[in-house]
Amino acid sequence: MPFIIRRLVFYLVAAWVALTANFFIPRAMPGNAVQDIMSKFPNLQPSAYKALEAMLGVGHPGSIWHQYWSYLDDVFHFNFGTDVTEYPARVSTLLFETIPWTLTLVGSATIIAFVLGTGLGIVAGWRHGGWLDRVLPGLMFFQAIPYFFLALILLEVLAISLHIFPLGQGYAGGLVPGWHWAFIGSAIYHSLLPAFTIVITSVAGWMLQMRNVMITTIGEDYVLAGQAKGLPNHRVVFTYAARNALLPQLQGFGLALGFVVSGAIVMEIVFSYPGIGLLLLNAVTSNDFPLMQAIFLVITFTVLLANLIVDLVIVFVDPRARTREAAR
Amino acid sequence: MTVTLPVSADPAALTETPKDIGRWRRLPTKAKAGTVLLGVFVLAAIIGPQVTPYDPSYQNPSPGLSLLAPNAAHLLGTTQSGQDVLSQLLVGIRLTLELAVIVGAVATALSVIVGVSAAFLGGFWDDVLSLASNVFLVIPALPLLILLLGYLPQKGQTATIIVLSVLGWPWGARVIRAQTLAIRNRDFIAASRETGERTWRIITFEIIPNEVSLIAASFVNTVLYAIGASVALAFIGLADLNSWSLGTMLYWAQSQQALQLGAWWWFAPPGLAVALIGTALVLLNTGMDELGNPRLRDASKVAKIGGRRLHPADPTPVLQAAAPRGALAGFLHSFSRRSLLEERGASGPQAGIAQPGGER
Repeated sequence: MPFIIRRLVFYLVAAWVALTANFFIPRAMPGNAVQDIMSKFPNLQPSAYKALEAMLGVGHPGSIWHQYWSYLDDVFHFNFGTDVTEYPARVSTLLFETIPWTLTLVGSATIIAFVLGTGLGIVAGWRHGGWLDRVLPGLMFFQAIPYFFLALILLEVLAISLHIFPLGQGYAGGLVPGWHWAFIGSAIYHSLLPAFTIVITSVAGWMLQMRNVMITTIGEDYVLAGQAKGLPNHRVVFTYAARNALLPQLQGFGLALGFVVSGAIVMEIVFSYPGIGLLLLNAVTSNDFPLMQAIFLVITFTVLLANLIVDLVIVFVDPRARTREAAR
Repeated sequence: MTVTLPVSADPAALTETPKDIGRWRRLPTKAKAGTVLLGVFVLAAIIGPQVTPYDPSYQNPSPGLSLLAPNAAHLLGTTQSGQDVLSQLLVGIRLTLELAVIVGAVATALSVIVGVSAAFLGGFWDDVLSLASNVFLVIPALPLLILLLGYLPQKGQTATIIVLSVLGWPWGARVIRAQTLAIRNRDFIAASRETGERTWRIITFEIIPNEVSLIAASFVNTVLYAIGASVALAFIGLADLNSWSLGTMLYWAQSQQALQLGAWWWFAPPGLAVALIGTALVLLNTGMDELGNPRLRDASKVAKIGGRRLHPADPTPVLQAAAPRGALAGFLHSFSRRSLLEERGASGPQAGIAQPGGER
């Protein structure tokens, strides 16, 4: 089977596992989630009560298989039910409002961090023992800091004390979201500090990994052969060493994405950024189980999709991936 | 031309008598720094709760004691309700490290069981177990953790430990499976099989002792994951908010607006503690990596001859006369190791031949 089809099957299996876990978790947990919700939101209609029971599997809404199939059917139609906090609103509407914020911010910050970290890693690995290589242990500190804590510090220094950046939110109050410059400018301005937080905390990880693979790759005979042929250094660095060292880096990218997303969720809470992380916090604090479940699915599927894209890039970069037999 | 041969990286290392001190000295600097830093926190976790100056939960009703900046009576100041931050920190380090170590031990045990059995059973079961660990690697952990803990009626320490352990094994399992597959085909395993040893004996006495370093690295990584995840979960509010861990400290600091009140002494200590414990673990892991792969070691481990830096793995350098370069080519060339040699070595012909020495 070609590499990419294997991967596609794998992601389908992963998506199915996530869907199934999402279905069974509310049914396996002790306690009565519907009762919790109803006691918290006394203004809910009886129809909402029925819908919640069906969704969370409380009471006797038919056989488990029947429930499972109708659940899958709902998910495929983006029907995540009605939200209980903002009662008549549909969960899918809330999701569509928040996803673009998170996707733009976290997506671009992650790509910037990856490109920057990989580039610095190439230099640090090539000039092994140079100054860049020596500041690396210092950068590890930033890697170990929880995202949200660095966000708190930056907020304190840059926003509260120095007033360089806004205190949070996605855009200045009073602006109407839309495609006009005042809004876009304000949105970009508000995203700078959160993006910077993501970049600074994740760049060290990429750099360290790239450096380590670079150093190992530079020791390979074909790099020496390239140098012996008298090739210019930039050719040896980028075409011989870095291109090969990039492969483990790319494979790591997919797996690290989960961590980046997890960190970004919590970071959004600090900045009150109107993305999916803040929505998740609100869902958690108000026991809004339908929303929590939908957010879990959306984040998981986005990460799976990003992984698939990374795999396509790997096929493009690495000719072996096109022919490789066992690619686990 | 004088070439000073480096006698030894550190003369004291030769005269040191006890053997284990010599071994300690030869550890990569990063591993040493990580061990020392971690040791400080482990010590704080062990004796900390016994020496807390105040009860961390005691809310001092006197309004004069609210939000005190660090002073002699309260070394790290007080919170809004007059609780002593230092006492909270000492108890919090204990609780967080305790959780992380338990999760690390349970999850690592799980990953050894899964990894070794996948490699040994082979065939269908290998496929199933590998697929399971790959699937759980690719599903983002934090949202799933939030979902699981969100449904639990009691969100105490035990619940967090169970949930984190259940989701913490896949990475280790994958690495250990690969290593077991590699060891399984070695001659000494075949030999013990020929002598009629049972499989479980081969696994416990032949395979696992050969994977100790890998298991240790996996343990350190899992502890790191557990600290990060538990602190993040508590920060969101998914924890027992009446207990004091580093995460719940941050939760209260955030929810009671420590930042807006300018009370840096309230949120900085727990955050810094998490960051420093994390740094210690990363340093330890990188140091262990370097122990296994000497190529990764930093420049201090590399011989310096006549001011030039040479690595043991380098080929014998052959110098050439520097040709004039363009600006961009010159910049790119400055990345190369050869440019380092040219800077100093162009003056004399025999300067190019140097043997990296001093590595023991």
